[in-house]
Amino acid sequence: MAQTHAVEPTRRDFLYVATGSFAAVGAAFAVWPLIDQMNPDASVLALASIEVDISNIPVGQESTFKWRGKPVFIRHRSDAEIAAAESVDVAALPDPEADEARVRPGPSGELEKKWLVVIGVCTHLGCVPLSYRGEFDGYFCPCHGSVYDTSGRIRKGPAPTNLEVPPYEFVSDSRILIG
Amino acid sequence: MRKVKNKMIDISRKTGLLALAAAAAIGLPLLAAPAGAASDAVKPIQLDWSFEGVFGVYDRDALRRGYKVYKEVCAVCHSMELVRFRNLMEPGGPEFSEGQVKALAADIVVVDGPDSSGEMFERPGEPKDRFPSPYPNPEAAAAALGAPAPDLSVIAKARPDGVNYLHSLLVGYTDAPEGFEVLPGLSYNTYFPGHVLAMPRPLSDGQVDYEDGTPNTVDQMAKDVTHFLMWTAEPKLEQRHRIGFQVMIYLVLLSGFLWFAMRKVWSDQH
Amino acid sequence: MSHQSTYTPGNGFSRWMDERLPIMRLVNDSFVDYPVPKNLNYWWTFGAVLSFCLAVQIVTGVVLAMHYIPTTELAFASVEHIMRDVNYGWLIRYIHSNGASMFFIAVYIHMFRGLYYGSYKAPREVLWILGVLIYLLMMATAFFGYVLPWGQMSFWGATVITNLFGAIPLVGEALRTWLWGDFAVGDPTLNRFFSLHYLFPFLIAGVVVLHVWALHVSGQGNPAGIEVKDPKKDTVAFTPYATMKDAFGLAIFMILFAYFVFFNPNALGEPDNYIIADPMKTPAHIVPEWYLLPFYAILRAVPDKLGGVVLMFGAIAILFVLPWLDTSKVRSARFRPLFKQFFWIFVVACIGLGYCGGQSPDKILIAVGDGGFDVTDLSRVLTVYYFAHFLVLFPVLGLIEKPKPLPESIAASVLSGTRQDKATS
Repeated sequence: MAQTHAVEPTRRDFLYVATGSFAAVGAAFAVWPLIDQMNPDASVLALASIEVDISNIPVGQESTFKWRGKPVFIRHRSDAEIAAAESVDVAALPDPEADEARVRPGPSGELEKKWLVVIGVCTHLGCVPLSYRGEFDGYFCPCHGSVYDTSGRIRKGPAPTNLEVPPYEFVSDSRILIG
Repeated sequence: MRKVKNKMIDISRKTGLLALAAAAAIGLPLLAAPAGAASDAVKPIQLDWSFEGVFGVYDRDALRRGYKVYKEVCAVCHSMELVRFRNLMEPGGPEFSEGQVKALAADIVVVDGPDSSGEMFERPGEPKDRFPSPYPNPEAAAAALGAPAPDLSVIAKARPDGVNYLHSLLVGYTDAPEGFEVLPGLSYNTYFPGHVLAMPRPLSDGQVDYEDGTPNTVDQMAKDVTHFLMWTAEPKLEQRHRIGFQVMIYLVLLSGFLWFAMRKVWSDQH
Repeated sequence: MSHQSTYTPGNGFSRWMDERLPIMRLVNDSFVDYPVPKNLNYWWTFGAVLSFCLAVQIVTGVVLAMHYIPTTELAFASVEHIMRDVNYGWLIRYIHSNGASMFFIAVYIHMFRGLYYGSYKAPREVLWILGVLIYLLMMATAFFGYVLPWGQMSFWGATVITNLFGAIPLVGEALRTWLWGDFAVGDPTLNRFFSLHYLFPFLIAGVVVLHVWALHVSGQGNPAGIEVKDPKKDTVAFTPYATMKDAFGLAIFMILFAYFVFFNPNALGEPDNYIIADPMKTPAHIVPEWYLLPFYAILRAVPDKLGGVVLMFGAIAILFVLPWLDTSKVRSARFRPLFKQFFWIFVVACIGLGYCGGQSPDKILIAVGDGGFDVTDLSRVLTVYYFAHFLVLFPVLGLIEKPKPLPESIAASVLSGTRQDKATS
């Protein structure tokens, strides 16, 4: 039988506890890089923001840009589209949100209502909706029939929430920075 | 008394053997490692660099001057494809500001695309872009220059005694000794293995303007661009030294804890 | 030695588990209550050190594989991407590359310990053979791994070593092409080496399990080389005695490891491997990593290509049969004065072979007139000694030497305060 030293099982020796704790702390610090390496790296983060030139998008048309691997629709809304978006009973919407909350101020400080910036991913199961389609001339998702309006808000169909507005700001009248 | 003496011999023997093992463990691989230098190579001028040693850090001003030398002199022929403009603003390097980096990047034109009509287009550079290459590929470089100009991204690690070698090479252009034939189009260099290379002398006094007033002698420019090349090869050096110091302290303390804990465990055996 | 299990489940769940999958019993019997000789010195901590190295290499390797791209076009750049962009990528990469060197430093110490103390002798022959098998798998793993960064040494080292297989008569050419998957080292080669580099460490882990199993059947050897007579007097429980000693030894080992990783991460490597592989341009000196240099020296010592290959593999193969070459009844070199002296000569010879492997074969060491004694000559002398050490000395020394008197028991050798060869009583 192996020889064991006599130690009362309930005795906690400070030296052993200190050593064990010190070792455990070191192990935690050692493990962190192994976990952090899976987080987005510097080259991915460098692509996290894009600056786009919107000066070439005529009224009533839309351009698509790739941002963080997803399509972003930037629509130059006509007055009619803005009016249609604003003349809606917000409380009756499936995902209530005023149009004003979905646009951002321009360099002058005033809300730039003519620019709608939404991520082109249907909030139902992730398909890319088609532009200027559906009952409201907003967006229509062909996968399961979700219908969005000219503010990108869900009106009909299975999608639960409005099209996501990414973080963006106007760096000038003709350029916006997304992300 | 004899027991104490024997124990002392025992401990010194153990320590001696352990020291021998450690010496062998470090010495053996290091002994075997450096076969790189050819027997006739001239040893490069040995300089002290601020990034050497356990507490080594880069000299930011040297890095910025070195970048200018690289950009205005070396980049004419040499690519540096592994470095991107955004690296210039990351901590541990030249640490240009974001505005400066955007401006530097915007100076170059980058081919991007295809756009929505399927065409490639040109746009000004951005921080995420790589440093521009003077030639589209190594074959084009070799055809234009007569010999390939190596990419400089990690050159400081790609030569034995890299940083000293690079500096020596840049200051080592001289007339060939009596009777030594140098073919036309080539140059003589004291430090290049074989002494004859296709790269003509790249640096002359006063060639690059230094905004900070440092004298722009060949030796200074050589030192600065070498300093910069060490950073492009090892951009994480400062972080590595910093974490390394903390890790060493920790391990020494941990060893101390474990030593006493081990002795305590074994105390009933002796 | 196999002994009665002392494990008693502490609670209801432990009892339930013990009846279905007695893993806690296995852990207890193998690593807690397992008896080890109480006279083990620090050379015995390297088993734990090696297990640690294997774990580190596997963990860092799997992580690196999340970012590495095994194509000739992108391999070099992907490694630099890891060094520059991946969070702590530089750290993980340097741990992995220096970890390989540390792994070999530890395995050589572990093997030389075995040679000195007769750990390969009965009843531990299979234990030793499994160890040599692990060593062989380690060398293959390291060889595959070194190709992956796709530097000049990666490519040309792969070219030289795979070309060796072409020397085998009849099947050589076909075998070589089969290994390459191409007409030279190329994309197919790189991709399959990546796959094999990922696989082999798990084969190593499997053989390590067998190695530890075999060890636990016979029990640890010890510096005195004598058997355990009375477990109560001669042994201590693995935990906490050996566990704490191993932990301390490991901490010291980690200090050396950390020195390389943080302050001299490229000291053990070749600068040429920071030049991207160029199949059109051979470097002036092709050298493998330092831990393969002794065998490289043996390979180059023989003027005939096939002869060199045979002798190089022979130098490893001979290790498998060591237990049967040594005729001595005494295990430990502590008590074998002649064997001990030749052991140190052997160590010097191995270091010498390593030195030769890294030098230019025609480098003159002792000038005599126009030529002299060069590296190849030295390689030949040392190669002859290497084989003679095992084939001649091992059998002969056991028969002719007069061993010193062995201690009464392990306990006695510990109680005397020093090793028994000093005490006369």
